[in-house]
Amino acid sequence: MLDADFFRRWMTVTTASVDREAERLTDLDSPIGDADHGRNLQRGFAAVSAALEKDAPDTPGAVLTLAGRQLISTVGGASGPLYGTLLRRTGKALGDAAEVSDEQFADALRTGVDAVMALGGAAPGDKTMIDALVPAVDALAESFDAAKTAAEEGAVATTPLQARKGRASYLGERSIGHQDPGATSSALLIAALVEAAGE
Amino acid sequence: MRMLINVAETVVADALRGMAAAHPDLTVDVDNRVIVRRDAPVAGRVGLVSGGGSGHEPLHGGFVGPGMLSAACPGEVFTSPVPDQMLRAAAAVDSGAGVLFIVKNYTGDVLNFDMAAELAEDEGIRIAKVLVNDDVAVTDSLYTAGRRGTGATLFVEKIAGAAAEEGAPLEAVEALARQVNENSRSFGVALSACTTPAKGSPTFDLPAGELELGVGIHGEPGRERRAMMTSREIADFAVHAILDDMSPRNPVLLLVNGMGATPLLELYGFNAEVQRVLAERGIPVARTLVGNYVTSLDMAGASVTLCQVDEDLLRLWDAPVKTPGLRWGV
Repeated sequence: MLDADFFRRWMTVTTASVDREAERLTDLDSPIGDADHGRNLQRGFAAVSAALEKDAPDTPGAVLTLAGRQLISTVGGASGPLYGTLLRRTGKALGDAAEVSDEQFADALRTGVDAVMALGGAAPGDKTMIDALVPAVDALAESFDAAKTAAEEGAVATTPLQARKGRASYLGERSIGHQDPGATSSALLIAALVEAAGE
Repeated sequence: MRMLINVAETVVADALRGMAAAHPDLTVDVDNRVIVRRDAPVAGRVGLVSGGGSGHEPLHGGFVGPGMLSAACPGEVFTSPVPDQMLRAAAAVDSGAGVLFIVKNYTGDVLNFDMAAELAEDEGIRIAKVLVNDDVAVTDSLYTAGRRGTGATLFVEKIAGAAAEEGAPLEAVEALARQVNENSRSFGVALSACTTPAKGSPTFDLPAGELELGVGIHGEPGRERRAMMTSREIADFAVHAILDDMSPRNPVLLLVNGMGATPLLELYGFNAEVQRVLAERGIPVARTLVGNYVTSLDMAGASVTLCQVDEDLLRLWDAPVKTPGLRWGV
């Protein structure tokens, strides 16, 4: 079973890995965006970690809902509302249980990913975070490890795609050959599950 | 790249402190990043709120004041502001007559303003929204995030602002804003890339001797890259691109806008060429504005925006405005 501590760790590990990878995310965002993805997420997850320390929410749902609200309030751009909605809607779907099963979490994360698709209008293959998140959610029933691998493969697989959403879409064919920064940061978020679970 | 800054992290906050010091007619909340006209809320008047990433100054903060915006929300450089800012701005300017959000069509701006609208409505503020999407350089709008909002934003903010100042109700101000957007088309050209303070190097690679035709206001690419052209050739290309997409039956407002690093000397020369093309096409120009209004940091280049106006729109354009960026009739 997964408790509030696990979800706090998930957010802390994500904060650390976004810090570590910020430069790489920004570099990926340079040819097909405006070179600020790493910095924007760093600001957001720093706020998430600070808020979780201050408010100490005591259910999995409350942890993720608070994290999502923090991202919406601090990141800006498209990634703030999109990542914020992902965590907030996943948190809401978890309800107020003190512990949730792996299956309940997988279902809740699917709800969160669906909400991101509804908000941003992106479908798989549009070269967005969805290309990492959808395969991850599909693999989550198997294990966190499988989800991590699926997300990372999904992110790499965005390289040959042409962007159809967000600012990168204006590049048209020139977006081909670059890995999507949003899919890459989504893979970091999913990979953090493994470390948080100590697997 | 040399920049007149302290550190990249405080560029937006530093600029807001400077705006506060320069413009006592504005209330600048540096911590919460909201710029509000000092006399807001104005009784019985619709509030106009816009915002977007910083780096496009004077848009939007420089257009706050009587006859134009009631408030503006600056985000990080080239990053949409967050819903909390827009909610705070809406609450500050709502007199009970409602608030119009003027949103440039970028994914981040659209998502954050949508969220803010929901939050504001939860607090009992009536919200209307208008999306500005005037950039004809984006041709394949089915497979992109759609046409971008650029120079027409200035026309929408000025004309809707004049109507709000006259006491028009929210529905009328919204309809007018939408009409101005629909009547407007833009096309931009970059002669150099821009450099964000956080990155410190150009955001895209534009070799010397080439130009990007159809560039967006964050340096997003447009239709094609070509070897450097003359002012005359660029004016032909830009105006024809616009007129392929609109056939004005009325006179137009013309904005010849600098991207930030192109001198006024060049902009006025470019304006002469743009006016020549319009004359050749038989399109009368009712009013012309030349200068740096919707910029892209230190990008060199220019954009052309045309807005078809009837007598009523022209009257609202001519109405008094008193902002740091646009000021006449007062």
